[in-house]
Amino acid sequence: MPRFWLYLLGLCVLAALSASGATARDMSDAQLLRYHNLTAQLRCLICQNRSIAESDAPLAADLRALVATQIKAGRSDREIKQYLVDRYGAWVLYDPPFNYATWLLWLGPFVLLLIALAIALNMLRKRRPRSPHGRPLDRARLAAVLDENPDERTRQAARDRDAQ
Amino acid sequence: MRWPVVIPGLVLIGLVAMLGYGLTRQPSILPSALLDRPAPAFNLPTLANPDRHVTTQALQGQVSLVNVWASWCVACRAESSRVAEITQRTGVPVIGLNYKDKRPDATRWLTVFGNPFSVVAVDASGRVGIDWGVAGVPETFVVDRQGVIRYKVVGAITEQQMNQRLIPILNKLKSAS
Repeated sequence: MPRFWLYLLGLCVLAALSASGATARDMSDAQLLRYHNLTAQLRCLICQNRSIAESDAPLAADLRALVATQIKAGRSDREIKQYLVDRYGAWVLYDPPFNYATWLLWLGPFVLLLIALAIALNMLRKRRPRSPHGRPLDRARLAAVLDENPDERTRQAARDRDAQ
Repeated sequence: MRWPVVIPGLVLIGLVAMLGYGLTRQPSILPSALLDRPAPAFNLPTLANPDRHVTTQALQGQVSLVNVWASWCVACRAESSRVAEITQRTGVPVIGLNYKDKRPDATRWLTVFGNPFSVVAVDASGRVGIDWGVAGVPETFVVDRQGVIRYKVVGAITEQQMNQRLIPILNKLKSAS
C-alpha cells in the first residue's frame, strides 16, 4: 500500500514538472529560487496587475522563458531587470527605483503623514484643558463671590437637604 | 479669511485638479522606453520569401514606419486601411513586423485586408517584439533617417492620431535633412 502512494506521488511530481514547462528545467535549486523571485517581481505588460509569474498571457510566458535563459546564462538579477527596463521601461518593475520620476510616489505618503501629524498635534494642543495646577484656587475670592449671592447659598443648602 | 476655511478649500481645489488631470491620461498605454533611441537590431526572414532576410539596415537612410501586426489581432484589420492611407499620403514606406503568427494565416490576411507594407518581417517567436518593447498588437513606430525611434502609437491608429500626430511628424522628419 505505501508503495502505491509513493508511485502516485512520483506521478504527481512528474506531472508538475512537465506542466512547469521547459523553462524551469535544468536549473539548480539556487537558480530556481532566483527564477521564482524574479518572475514575481516583474509585471506582466498585458494583464497589467499581475506578475509574469502569475499571468497566462503569451508574452508573460515568453518573458518567463527569457528570464530562465538569462539566469542559466549566468546573468545577475540586476542585469536581467535592466535588460527588461531597457525595453519596457521602469514600469515592468513592481518595485520601481527612486528617481526623478518616482520621488513623489516614494516620498508622497511620508509627506502626507507629516502633514497629518502636524494637524493632529495642533488640534491636540488647542483642545487640552487648562492644567488644574496652572492657577491656584483663590478661596478668598470664591467665598466673596458666594457671599455676594446669598440666594444661591440658600438654594444650594435646600438642594443638599433634599439630597439627604 | 480664516485658515480652517481656506485650507480645506485649497486641498479640495488641489484634489480636483489632480483627479481632472488623471482623467485626461490613459495609464494603460505605456510610454515607450525606446523613444529617441536607435531601433533595436533585428534580422528576420520575410513573409514573401523565408530565405530572404530583412535587417535593421532597411530602416537606415529614410524615414519609415514599423507596424507590428498579426492575423489573430482584430484591431489590426481596421488599422490596415489607415496604414495604407498614411503611406499613400506621406510616401513613407511601412515595414510590417508579423508578430507571433503563422505564415499561411499572415499571407491569407494580407490578401483579405490588403497589404500596405513594403516588406513584412516574420517574428514567429516574438523575440524581436521583446527587443522592441512590444506589449500588445498593433503597435506602430516612427523611425527617422538615422534609424532612431521618434514616436510610437500603442493600439490601432485612430483617425485623429493619424491626422494630428503621425502625418505631421512624418512630414517634419522627411523635410529635416
